[in-house]
Amino acid sequence: MTLSIVLVVSAALFCIGLLAALSRRHAIFILIGIEMMLAAANINFIAFWRFAPQPAPPTGVMIAIFAIAIAAAEAAVGLAMVIAVYRHFRTTDVDQLNRLKG
Amino acid sequence: MSTVAFSIITILTLAAALAAATLQKLMHAALSFAVMFLGISALFFLLGAEFVGLVQIFVYIGAVAVLIVFTILLTRHDTEKVRGFNWSGVVVALAVFGGLMWAMENTKSLLIGPLQIKPLTVHRIGELLMTSYVWPLLCIGVLLTAALIGALILVMEDKRE
Repeated sequence: MTLSIVLVVSAALFCIGLLAALSRRHAIFILIGIEMMLAAANINFIAFWRFAPQPAPPTGVMIAIFAIAIAAAEAAVGLAMVIAVYRHFRTTDVDQLNRLKG
Repeated sequence: MSTVAFSIITILTLAAALAAATLQKLMHAALSFAVMFLGISALFFLLGAEFVGLVQIFVYIGAVAVLIVFTILLTRHDTEKVRGFNWSGVVVALAVFGGLMWAMENTKSLLIGPLQIKPLTVHRIGELLMTSYVWPLLCIGVLLTAALIGALILVMEDKRE
């Protein structure tokens, strides 16, 4: 197990998240894709901390903890927006949300 | 750090991620999403960041996955329909993956194995959170409060109509 293998896994996860965010029409899938990309970034932070020359300060771990907190806040607000949009337009299909004036 | 465990966790995580991204039924996708985060937590445990793995399980499987399931149930009338799939997204994702692989292929310093490290205890993390990282911690507190209030205001019923 080398650093590059972990980075390949994280890159694959990032691209799957990008695929979900770009090609699905449903708003919840887009949020799932964004969460996947944030998780891939966290894997990179942890991996670079783990494979760094020792002794290293645990900066990567701290950044990952803060990133998880921010991702949770983002998910909460995003899902609240999905519910608000659904209540207003009766759809969560992002292709049909093409009016600025509600 | 065993290679076998790493391969199993990796295959499980990537398969669950692919399922979450491509399954037609939203509920199945949400469950694969939870499995994927379980795999990522296992990867964190394997890399020696036990605390982050636990936080990941608590926050994502305990809170975010449940929140997604609730949202799917609340917008249920809309989730039954079959939707189109935008194939240009596949092209973009593959292009990004190719670019990242090319960059990693050309960086020779990435071929290093794991070194022996001192285990990172929760005690040390708490100490750091209260000393060097106290300002980011306070900002996260403010951000979470703002997100809580904002989410509540967004979903509040509009009584003026």
